[in-house]
Amino acid sequence: MRELYEQLKRLFPLGEYTEQRRDLAFVTVPKDHLRPLLIHLRDREGFTHLVLLTAVDWIEEGRFQLTYLMNDRAGKRDLGLRVLIPRDGAAMEGIHDLWPTAATYQRELREMFGIDFPGSPRVNGEFILEGWTGMPPYRRDFDTKKFSEENFNHRPGRATKDPAKHMKDKLYPDEA
Amino acid sequence: MALYEPDRSQYPAKKPDGTLDIDLTSGKYLKLWQGPQHPGITGNMSLELTVCGDEVVDCQTHVGYLHRGFEKLMERRTYIQCFPIVCRICVPEPDFNEYCYAAAVEELSGITAPRRADWIRTLILEMGRINSYMMYLGGQAGSLGMGVIGQWTTYVRDLMLDRFEELTGARIYHMFILPGGVRDGLPEGFEKRMEETLREIESTMKDVHEAMFCNAVFKKRAVGLGYIDPALIEPYGVTGPTARAAGVAKDVRKDFPYLVYPELDFEPVTGKDSDAFTRADVRRRDVLLSIDLLRQILAKMPHDGPLMAKIPNVLHWKVPRGETYIRAECSRGEYGYYIVADGSGYPRRVNVRGPSYTHAVALLERLIINVNIADVAGLMVSLHTYPPEIER
Repeated sequence: MRELYEQLKRLFPLGEYTEQRRDLAFVTVPKDHLRPLLIHLRDREGFTHLVLLTAVDWIEEGRFQLTYLMNDRAGKRDLGLRVLIPRDGAAMEGIHDLWPTAATYQRELREMFGIDFPGSPRVNGEFILEGWTGMPPYRRDFDTKKFSEENFNHRPGRATKDPAKHMKDKLYPDEA
Repeated sequence: MALYEPDRSQYPAKKPDGTLDIDLTSGKYLKLWQGPQHPGITGNMSLELTVCGDEVVDCQTHVGYLHRGFEKLMERRTYIQCFPIVCRICVPEPDFNEYCYAAAVEELSGITAPRRADWIRTLILEMGRINSYMMYLGGQAGSLGMGVIGQWTTYVRDLMLDRFEELTGARIYHMFILPGGVRDGLPEGFEKRMEETLREIESTMKDVHEAMFCNAVFKKRAVGLGYIDPALIEPYGVTGPTARAAGVAKDVRKDFPYLVYPELDFEPVTGKDSDAFTRADVRRRDVLLSIDLLRQILAKMPHDGPLMAKIPNVLHWKVPRGETYIRAECSRGEYGYYIVADGSGYPRRVNVRGPSYTHAVALLERLIINVNIADVAGLMVSLHTYPPEIER
């Protein structure tokens, strides 16, 4: 994988490189260079399979990390491309023309993280949530507890033990 | 090679932006919702069909009826609290969630599961695969008008659930493959009872072959239905039996061997014609392959040795910062977990990659054009879709 990284580095301004396994590495790519890099990987290096496209919310840094995981079946290797974009007004160029199936991922990211992919098919339509007007729910600052308290009635459960204490007593009785 | 000639003159024209010019008031077209409650739908998913006469001219997949927000829930739970959640993402084949999650957490924490646990994990995954295929075969036959096949396959699936029950204590959600290993070894006499179950399944598969695959009605309806051009495999992210039926021998067990698969002797099952019939046939032969693999596993597996690696105190388990992706071959294709850890006791992000995500939306919406309404259910089942893994 290191070899591929060195090779790509001569062509694209790549950022941080992490080799997770012998057959899996992650590399940070500037936003504007993602598309040419994807086309290069697909057409020249055999990374024809888009495994997944997802986002990670690094709220402390004010950034979203988009992960494009590419798979080369013949070469038995995977390369994850990390693209960091600002959280405010998050938008990214779509890749649905390269992989039609990416449109589905982009619809989900639009709905769940509020990341816009202008021009992607049905990107502003409802995908999983219906009639949702609040904050995109997969953002870190979305409070799941507050949401459930506001939307669902509290149902008193059976009188039970404190789960944390019970687990500690059961699993690690000797530890302080 | 469709079995009917579509009447092209009735088809909608395309607008400049590429969308179809469908005027519902013209009386030519009709909107028809198939699902979320429909005998031909697996799980809760609905297809918004636009039909012209009996033919589908446009389709949109609607999901979200089963969204439980697993990925979000996991961000608020410790690593061990996530373990009993993951299996619920896919009801008919929960073990792949457990394995992928456990393997990803182990990799990020630098833990290696004991060898014996790997053998038991492989055993469970193959048992789960047979279960899932049994549900599929019943559904595929049922969607094309043969209800009895589903009753046979449900019977043998139940026998396999008995084996699961004695091995794990549970029938559906096993919660057996923990990060670090597995919960228990094989019970006394398990091999013998498993062999009896496998023989029963083999005998049923013979009946299924004769009653379903040699049946003129099934052939007439399934041959040529939902042809997937091999050129669509990569752009549409098609994996598993759906890709193998198109002649692309994609099988994670062979391409990226995990657990003890390198020690097992097998070749991925492939087909050529890439239609609903071939996909069903590939899956039928895959059941026979899994039976063979189960026999190999039971004959080769070690019977003593540790089942769990040493793991940290699970109540305070912190996973170092990092990210990884673990994949496995489930009955529908590539199943994978992408986990990002930020060094705390909670995962920063867990993303589940289910094969239905690509198959049931982009691919199905494309294949369904020109199909007769009566074949929509058969086509959808032939992609073996499980909606819960689309919306997680």
